[in-house]
Amino acid sequence: MRPHLLFADRDVDLDSPLPPQADDVANDLHVETLVTAMAAGDRYLAEVARRVLAVSLTDPGEIRYRQAVLSDCLAHPDTLRAFYQVTIDALEDRRRVWGWGIGSSGSPGLVLSGALRRLEAAMPRLRQLRTLAERHQESFASEGLVGLCAELRAELDDDYFALVEAHLSRLHFPDGVLVSAHLAADNSGTGYVLRESEDRSARWRRRLGLRAPGTLAFAIDPRDEGGGRALSELTDRGVNQVADAAARSADHVTGYFSALRAELAFYLGCVNLHDRLAPTGRPVCMPDPCPPGTGAWHAEELCDPALVLRSDSPVVGNALHADEQSLVVVTGANSGGKSTFLRSVGLAQLMAQCGMFVTAGSFRSDVASGVFTHFVREEDESMESGRLDDELARLSLIVDWLAPGALVAFNESFAGTNEQEGSEIARQVTRALAESGVRVVFVTHLFDFADSCQHLRPPALSLRAERAGDGRRSYQLSEAPPLPTSFAPELYRRIGGWACEDRATRGPRRDAAEPAR
Amino acid sequence: MISLRLDVERREIEAMVEASGTVEGVVAHSRRPEPAGAASKGDGTGSEGPPGAASRPLGLLPGGLHPPQDPQTLADLHLDAVFDALDLGEEDPASVAELFRRPVGDADDVRFRQEVFADLLDDEVRKACADFADVVQTVVRRLDGLGRTDDARTRQGLLLAAAKLYCEAVRSLQRATTELGAQIRSRGLQELAGFIDDYVGSADFAVLAGDVETTRAALADLEYCVRVRGLRVEVSPYEGQADYSSEVLAVFERFRQAETRSHLTTYRVEPALGHVGTAILRLVAGTFPEQFAVLQAFCETHADPVHPTVRSFGLHLRFYLSYLAHVAPLRQAGLPLCLPELSPTSKQEQAEEVFDLALAGKLVREGRPVVLNSYRLDGEERVLVVSGPNQGGKTTFARTFGQLHHLAALGCPVPGSSCRLWLADRVFTHFEREEDHDATVGKLEDDLRRVGRILQEATHASVVVMNEAFSSTSLADARFLGERALEELTRLDALGVYVTFVASLARFGPNVVSMVSTVDPDDPAKRTFTIVRAPADGLAHALALARRRRVTYDQLRERFHR
Repeated sequence: MRPHLLFADRDVDLDSPLPPQADDVANDLHVETLVTAMAAGDRYLAEVARRVLAVSLTDPGEIRYRQAVLSDCLAHPDTLRAFYQVTIDALEDRRRVWGWGIGSSGSPGLVLSGALRRLEAAMPRLRQLRTLAERHQESFASEGLVGLCAELRAELDDDYFALVEAHLSRLHFPDGVLVSAHLAADNSGTGYVLRESEDRSARWRRRLGLRAPGTLAFAIDPRDEGGGRALSELTDRGVNQVADAAARSADHVTGYFSALRAELAFYLGCVNLHDRLAPTGRPVCMPDPCPPGTGAWHAEELCDPALVLRSDSPVVGNALHADEQSLVVVTGANSGGKSTFLRSVGLAQLMAQCGMFVTAGSFRSDVASGVFTHFVREEDESMESGRLDDELARLSLIVDWLAPGALVAFNESFAGTNEQEGSEIARQVTRALAESGVRVVFVTHLFDFADSCQHLRPPALSLRAERAGDGRRSYQLSEAPPLPTSFAPELYRRIGGWACEDRATRGPRRDAAEPAR
Repeated sequence: MISLRLDVERREIEAMVEASGTVEGVVAHSRRPEPAGAASKGDGTGSEGPPGAASRPLGLLPGGLHPPQDPQTLADLHLDAVFDALDLGEEDPASVAELFRRPVGDADDVRFRQEVFADLLDDEVRKACADFADVVQTVVRRLDGLGRTDDARTRQGLLLAAAKLYCEAVRSLQRATTELGAQIRSRGLQELAGFIDDYVGSADFAVLAGDVETTRAALADLEYCVRVRGLRVEVSPYEGQADYSSEVLAVFERFRQAETRSHLTTYRVEPALGHVGTAILRLVAGTFPEQFAVLQAFCETHADPVHPTVRSFGLHLRFYLSYLAHVAPLRQAGLPLCLPELSPTSKQEQAEEVFDLALAGKLVREGRPVVLNSYRLDGEERVLVVSGPNQGGKTTFARTFGQLHHLAALGCPVPGSSCRLWLADRVFTHFEREEDHDATVGKLEDDLRRVGRILQEATHASVVVMNEAFSSTSLADARFLGERALEELTRLDALGVYVTFVASLARFGPNVVSMVSTVDPDDPAKRTFTIVRAPADGLAHALALARRRRVTYDQLRERFHR
């Protein structure tokens, strides 16, 4: 039994190593804000969301498979939550059961009783799953959820439950454990094997207090702890194999609940996020993923969901009309929404490629072979690298993983040197990437670089952060060439400058610290 | 009389401490009243001490302290990593750590610390003091831990053991300081030696040491047996029974075919006395009532054997010893450390062969060479403007400048062969930071406000280190803001370093000195990490670096084609 809600043909692997650069990308695009909203306080949801977001799908078909499941979930959120709750309850049962057993590391007798308790607790949960599947299969349209319901109904029928319960009751050994053994060289017992328990006639004889012919008996003193230990050791050896089998069966059932929980968790996270975004009034849509080479890169009312979630005030959406473009250069005012726009482009691509909706009126884009970010960073912590070299080294690492069709978001890169040289490096890098079939969005202050992108053939798409007529930021980008203006003098005046007029009247701190004698 | 003076000092310091956070443990301990013996010596021999010594509280950390350095500043200077790596002991590490954040206010108090450091650079002096501080710490820790032991007799045994260790440590320090004699030159350690002399000679100490001896002797002679029978345990005096385990081994020796695997369990830590152990101890005590009465009496008399002044000396020494232990590998690697000549009046500085303490620690561990730099500020020169090729050591140089002034104001040896420095009240730093996560506030505006705060808070006695400020703005903006910052530093007359890619700032005015990072003339991608006094030529080496990282146009195209 496989849930197969994330992939039509395979399981999701939540333990595989993350793709290269995934941490940087998540950090730069503020993925964690998204994850927090998806989690809605559930750490497990966060963990799954983080993983699924980090591993982009590159096949439009696989993306649409998830989109269909997600559409079902958005249409029937209560059903999704009911399924999820069963998996939670099942895993919670297991924890409770293990709370009073020792778990898998005790003696075989303890392993066996622990396994039985786990299996017995799981049965009602499996029945609940089947009931949910029976009740809701009709309301689903997606291949993934219809398939899940059909499988639950087929595999967990009444005959199966009857068989399992018969085995569970026998494993309690109501008639005692029957063990065979032979003698080792020193006449001690060895080779213990669990045997079929006594038959019906033997049981009656025992209940009437009659011995079977040829049977001798003795008793150990009830207070003889050592003797008691010896007997339980013997039965332990006998039940060793069966305990192992039962424990592994219990593990399998637990494993199924875990897998189902993981796959449902991603969709539940999406539903949670949807619930959070709905009141903001920002449009969301299912993106249209196109095969590589289509040249699609088009969005309306695109905004950064992380900002939407954090911001109290309305967030401005922007258009991206970059079909057939391989380079988008964003310039303009500080705090004008450039970084936010960059994140919205990167996040939309990331969300689209894991099967999620995106925060846009519409979004159509070629699937990228990978999404990468190159953002300005705090000075390298290893203490040695200068900033530019650190940036170049990081870029070089990214290039190691770049393939044609990738998307790279640059944020103020190559600012660690002067404008002229930073521009030269930026020009060389973007030209090489564009010619190699990599899409680039580049937020920059480097006027020299941004200006030269106008004169490429074909010219890059130039976007500029605008200010409204009153000089305040509008957070609106427009298609416009970069301006050679600087903003610092205005900002400097606005904060009132740095001059401190009362300087002369303030004494140095030295006097304040000297003890009066 | 002494205690009166101490009280006055205490109030003053407390007032200062109150104004600026606390250094509870360390400063408070240094103000405990003295024992009768030491006080009488203080009266008799105060005139023999150096001038001013008599008016200080006993201890190694006199004087007022400035408010603590901003943690971000210490992080910018990478001093946080240095201080975090210090072994601050277990008694009160937080208050010792606090000392490394607080510049000393008075030049004479700095000299007082420097003298102690100078003494402790002598291996013999340092070993004597370190042994003493370690044992005092162990004793104090054990005494503080007594409260966790429920059983009275267990507690008594631990107290006696701690008292014994304490007496040995005090005696051993006294022997050592007597032998060292003239090797101890600092006011601080002379005070310590004098105090220990008096204390060992005092009646209190003699009683303590005598009681430790007699009590210990009584308990050491006692021998007993425990018999476990089913659930029953018996304790009795030992009466000469033979070693049974060797008997058993002898009986079965004949069966031995080969060496067998050891079944001994190895215990790495002493097991805590569980309830059974405690119960046994109670029976032992009942079996030997006289010896345990002696122990009980000892504990009633000597509930806290450690003299408060000894305790505070131990804690104070931790400040010095932890720093010296940290720089020991650097000294071993041949790097120079010196006690700087400090001036609260002259801003003319000269620093020879200085280096970044944090970076040097790392390089020495990795067996790599450390580049030494020198600088000077003559006449009206106040600000070093550092430009030149990236990754040429500019940031490291800026850190070094900040570190020198903070460490010097702690009284610590500084990384360099010879330094004449201004005694700064505080070091300010502005290092570029990762974009604030709340990206709705503009980075540049944030930067401007941070610089504004620094320039408001700095005084003419401060040191300001600005590293690559405004580097993400346009060239024009960076020049504009750099000029505003230098104007303010000029008005302040503060000392500083300004690292920038804007070469023209190096020609700002007569108070500015231009220094540049240098590259190997044969290989522009190879840095020398040497910063020299020279005109800025604005020539950066970005493309050479790009080539080294294989990200030029040609290289990228080739990488994609493979």
